[in-house]
Amino acid sequence: MSLAPTRHLPILATAVVLALALTIGALRYEHFASWNVFRNLLVDNAFLGVAAVGATFVILSGGIDLSVGSVVAFTSILIASLVEHRGQHALVAIAVALAFGVGFGAAQGALIHAFRLPAFLVTLAGMFLVRGLGFVIHPQSLGIRDPFIAETLNESASFTLALGPRGIAIPLTVDIFLLAVATAAVVLNFTRFGRAVYAVGDDEHSALLMGLPVARTRVGVYAVAGLCSALAGVVFTLYQQSGDPASCKGFELDAIAAVVMGGTLLRGGVGSVLGSTLGVLLFGVIQMFITFEGTLSSWWTRIVVGAFVLVFLMIQRALLASTQRA
Amino acid sequence: MATDPRAERSGRGRALLAGAAHLIWPALALALLLAFNAAFTPGFFHVEIRDGRLYGTLVDILNHGSRLGIVALGMTLVIATSGVDLSVGAVMAIAGAVAATMVVRDAASFPAVLAGALATGLAAGLWNGWLVSRLRIQPIVATLVLMVAGRGIAQLVTDGLIITTNDPRLAFIAGGSLLGLPLPVTLAAAALALLALATRKSSLGLFLEAVGDNETASRYAGLDARGVVLLAYAVAGVCAALAGLIEVSYIRAADANNAGLFVELDAILAVVIGGTALTGGRFYLVGSLLGALFIQTLTKTMYMKDVSADVASIPKAIVVILVCLLQSPVVRGRIAARRRPP
Repeated sequence: MSLAPTRHLPILATAVVLALALTIGALRYEHFASWNVFRNLLVDNAFLGVAAVGATFVILSGGIDLSVGSVVAFTSILIASLVEHRGQHALVAIAVALAFGVGFGAAQGALIHAFRLPAFLVTLAGMFLVRGLGFVIHPQSLGIRDPFIAETLNESASFTLALGPRGIAIPLTVDIFLLAVATAAVVLNFTRFGRAVYAVGDDEHSALLMGLPVARTRVGVYAVAGLCSALAGVVFTLYQQSGDPASCKGFELDAIAAVVMGGTLLRGGVGSVLGSTLGVLLFGVIQMFITFEGTLSSWWTRIVVGAFVLVFLMIQRALLASTQRA
Repeated sequence: MATDPRAERSGRGRALLAGAAHLIWPALALALLLAFNAAFTPGFFHVEIRDGRLYGTLVDILNHGSRLGIVALGMTLVIATSGVDLSVGAVMAIAGAVAATMVVRDAASFPAVLAGALATGLAAGLWNGWLVSRLRIQPIVATLVLMVAGRGIAQLVTDGLIITTNDPRLAFIAGGSLLGLPLPVTLAAAALALLALATRKSSLGLFLEAVGDNETASRYAGLDARGVVLLAYAVAGVCAALAGLIEVSYIRAADANNAGLFVELDAILAVVIGGTALTGGRFYLVGSLLGALFIQTLTKTMYMKDVSADVASIPKAIVVILVCLLQSPVVRGRIAARRRPP
């Protein structure tokens, strides 16, 4: 089933909604249309953005990953503990965390594929497991005083864009976010693995008959998701300057919501990492609106995000229905 | 379970036997866990009578397991239709918030509070069912909407506060006792009896299994598949609301953020341990209750072994994986092949 003519409609819808929201914000609130606000939008949502990249791979392949929040929390406490308690270099700690992410993700993918288990159940177990492991490493939140993380990574590695009157310093976390999006876009569009992800998500049986390496693709997708979750954990650690095994409960829902708002079909096979990025920004803008409004409490974020997810689901249904009729 | 070869040659007696056979596994798991505790946890089986009611670890497990069991009963029907309801925890929070707000702010009469909370659950269930059956959105995604938005709605109801209440009538739901056992046990038993009666003494159970096995085929057979699915989600919503009421009554407060947190996972796990396959079809209400008791016993064992609540999720994860593997068609196929050499 081809969705070619209407394939870009959901992502266009997201872009239009995002542009509208930004315009309304700029008209409605003083100081909304400033580089600082936009920079904060990126900084505050960088780790969500990285996680959403991983979630996009999984959802495109027709699966789901519920372990994201736990892996983020685990990597944050793992890095904090390695650096602060074991005296490891920060880069070593980060490498260990990323390697854990890949290995853990691949293990989940292997279980899902080899035993035909439902993805949500396996990653649910993964969520429990990794959440508990985080508390085994260190039961409380742990601040990082290591100078390499606190200063070197945070300051010298950021580069300055010659935008605006004074130029804006873009922190490393945002660089990682943008780099992850760019890499994922290239992988999904221009590599065999990326195209196989779409094919498996659209119709696994056809992909198998076409001779595509379904097993390798499926395991690879979850490995990529694990890597992205761990990378999101690194970004989160840099952002918070601490590790906390109890953090990011329910974070996977935010990532999935951002992906859905970005026009990726939860059925699999249709969507893009660019859309997910727009979805993440839309998520951030909704939060900003609630902050700027002042009188609204933060719980409105969840309601509005829920409503947006629903609206995008409806759009997808309508599009599917129209292509099926055609 | 459509491929189960036993189903084809089984008569009524065999079907009953197969149903009982499925209960052996959750019962065995529970028995093993209890045996472990009998050997290694002193005082685990100690039960005493004070003021005409029973006290002890086992009674505790029954008490708290009932809350999870009630959610699992509703979840069983949804999973039987090859769906899943991720919003039960959020629905518990909303129903609890509605009940506490009605008691504290509106000083509503007790029947009105009960009706209000249960009606909230019914509305939430109908919403989920509508999304799944009419709009044909995947169950995981459709119920995700309410899972995300639900806690926000609950906070909207309570104005973001944790509403505490010492209303004796509300406290009676979890604190009261009947025949020496805590009232939640009675409620769970009543829910089981009601659902078992409705599904096994009418054709409703058959309809649920038919829709779960093959929705298209059941529709061609003249079944109102969409209505059956809608009903399953509505029942799950009401069950979640009842559990939410018990939770509010137990902690004497409505906490929109933490009420029923992760209960959806425990409930799904309970159903799967109970022998109902996530692919839908045949379902086992008693099995789900046994599953809930198993999970509660596991949790309690952890606490009594001084494992912190946070680390206790590790053994739970291992149980999930083991149960999943046992249910996996691949593993079952291998076991069956070994048992019946060609």
